[in-house]
Amino acid sequence: MTALTIPEQTVTSGGPQASRGMLHDMWVIARRGLVHMKRQPEALSDATIQPIMFVLLFAYVFGGAIDVPGEGNYREFLMGGIFAQTIVFTAFGVAMSLAHDRKNQAVDRFRALPIARGAVLGGHAIANLFKALLPIVLMSLCGLAIGWRIHDGLVHAALGYLLLIGFAFAMIWVGVLLGSVVATPEGVQGIAFAIMFPITFMASTFVPTESMPPFLRTVADWNPVTTLANSARELFGNPTTAAGPNDPWSIAHPITYSIIWIVAIIAVCAPLAVRAYQRSVAK
Amino acid sequence: MNNAVEAQGLVKRYGSTTALGGIDLEVPTGTVIGVLGPNGAGKTTAVRILTTLTDPDEGHATVAGFDVGTHGHEVRRRIGLAAQDATVDPLLTGRENLVMLGELHQLRRRDAVARAAELLDAFSLGDAADRRTSGYSGGMRRRLDLAATLVGRPEVLFLDEPTTGLDPRGRSELWTVIDTLVGTGTTVMLTTQYLEEAERLADDIILIDHGRIIARGDARKLKRQVGGDQVSVVVVEPAHLAEATRIIASITGSEPNVDAGARSVTAPTTLGVETLVLAAKEFTEAQIAVDDMSLRQPTLDEVFLTLTGSTADDAEESK
Ligand SMILES: Nc1ncnc2c1ncn2[C@@H]1O[C@H](COP(=O)(O)OP(=O)(O)O)[C@@H](O)[C@H]1O
Ligand SMILES: [Mg+2]
Repeated sequence: MTALTIPEQTVTSGGPQASRGMLHDMWVIARRGLVHMKRQPEALSDATIQPIMFVLLFAYVFGGAIDVPGEGNYREFLMGGIFAQTIVFTAFGVAMSLAHDRKNQAVDRFRALPIARGAVLGGHAIANLFKALLPIVLMSLCGLAIGWRIHDGLVHAALGYLLLIGFAFAMIWVGVLLGSVVATPEGVQGIAFAIMFPITFMASTFVPTESMPPFLRTVADWNPVTTLANSARELFGNPTTAAGPNDPWSIAHPITYSIIWIVAIIAVCAPLAVRAYQRSVAK
Repeated sequence: MNNAVEAQGLVKRYGSTTALGGIDLEVPTGTVIGVLGPNGAGKTTAVRILTTLTDPDEGHATVAGFDVGTHGHEVRRRIGLAAQDATVDPLLTGRENLVMLGELHQLRRRDAVARAAELLDAFSLGDAADRRTSGYSGGMRRRLDLAATLVGRPEVLFLDEPTTGLDPRGRSELWTVIDTLVGTGTTVMLTTQYLEEAERLADDIILIDHGRIIARGDARKLKRQVGGDQVSVVVVEPAHLAEATRIIASITGSEPNVDAGARSVTAPTTLGVETLVLAAKEFTEAQIAVDDMSLRQPTLDEVFLTLTGSTADDAEESK
């Protein structure tokens, strides 16, 4: 056994350091979140393998049986839906990170440190925003490989990507709320299957809403996942539902409707989420 | 500033459980206080209040001169905390853990990196520095946790049961580390379930049970309260138990505990080694064969038995 000899200057106390600001603290915690993601590839599967599987499954297995509005190519139709679905799943990454932090007692470790209020939450939000970029890039490449193209110019495409990122930002607050209210990582996973999958399936994600029975179609038409998918299709110049005179306002104005949802989710969820998070860590 | 930690009337309740029932504390700067008590006594709750992790229901406290309730941030700038379960990040390497904490202690990245290297060396973790801590042994994780508390060069250090769950070797290794820490003038508050540990490390000991302080003082004073050491004799012949009991009672002047199954007689004594000398003489004269005769410190259980009239385990169950 090697005896530990600790030089005196290593342990003597010094004065506390001046604060380096909230952004600094957030970024340190965001970096940790990114390292976690890199070292837990299985936790990234909802942003990588899962959407690729959906693309392949729908493009090659079910795609032939699905009619696309305006006789377009189903694969081009599909990509907007896949983008929307992976963006909605951003909520889970955040919720899982928070649940893991609580399980590993990282929460208390951070709370005993001289860091800015909100830095931990902000750090998780930044890390997960980066994480949301991963499937966007990955899906774009995957889409290109199966024949999806951007047809409506780069400006519109950029707006399309921006809208997706905006929605991801809103979903982060849903995730914070979820991760603060649900106690364990397992619980978060359970809710993912019980709520998020139905929400992303009752939408124009994989099939046009025209083909749905009336009740389901109404739900799907007002589902923001539908309008997010349709907005992406419109901005990328892919086949999408052309709004008829009997279609609801959401279908006629998918982009505006999606932006309203983004603002509404942030306005409602962010304050609730911050409060729920603070309550969950205060014990 | 004379007292690094001061607390008056700390009360904390969880539902119908009173975790702390009114605790007063004064820890002079540069000293080590050992908070000794069985599981559920309220040790962690006290540490959590003093480290701003939880608010007391009543009472107030200052740490390093700042009120924990109103100036939590100032307190956090001046403390280090090793929680009961080592909370190092399992997915990060030892070095990454320390660098991150250094940065969160507001060091520049370059300084945090240098600080991490220095601490890893000091705590003999240099070889494992770039491995993820999920692969560390319990002792290594504890050492890293302790190193982590020093990243910010704290004025007051809180160590919650730092050696619980370690093997004897890991424990004595950590004791050496803690010795060095306290040798440099840092104030340390350490909780433990072992009287031996509190005696070894602490200048002053506070004994708590059911959220109340039941005794305080240095180890010698506490032991005097329990009646000093414990003498224990194991006789060869069960028939000699009665006579052995009489002898021990007459030497120690206290009522011995007799365990017929183990053929042993145990009693508190204030005479130290003298007890053994006297006993050896009397047993020889009475021609009683003895298997074993020893003098040892009282266990925490025996301290509790004396001070509260119930054993630590009974106290646990009666909750
Ligand atoms: N978060 C909590 N919720 C409910 N009860 C708690 C909580 N924390 C501690 N307690 C209770 O308070 C008492 C003291 O606990 P604790 O301070 O952890 O004791 P120790 O650290 O000495 O083992 C115990 O009875 C414990 O069950
Ligand atoms: Mg405890």
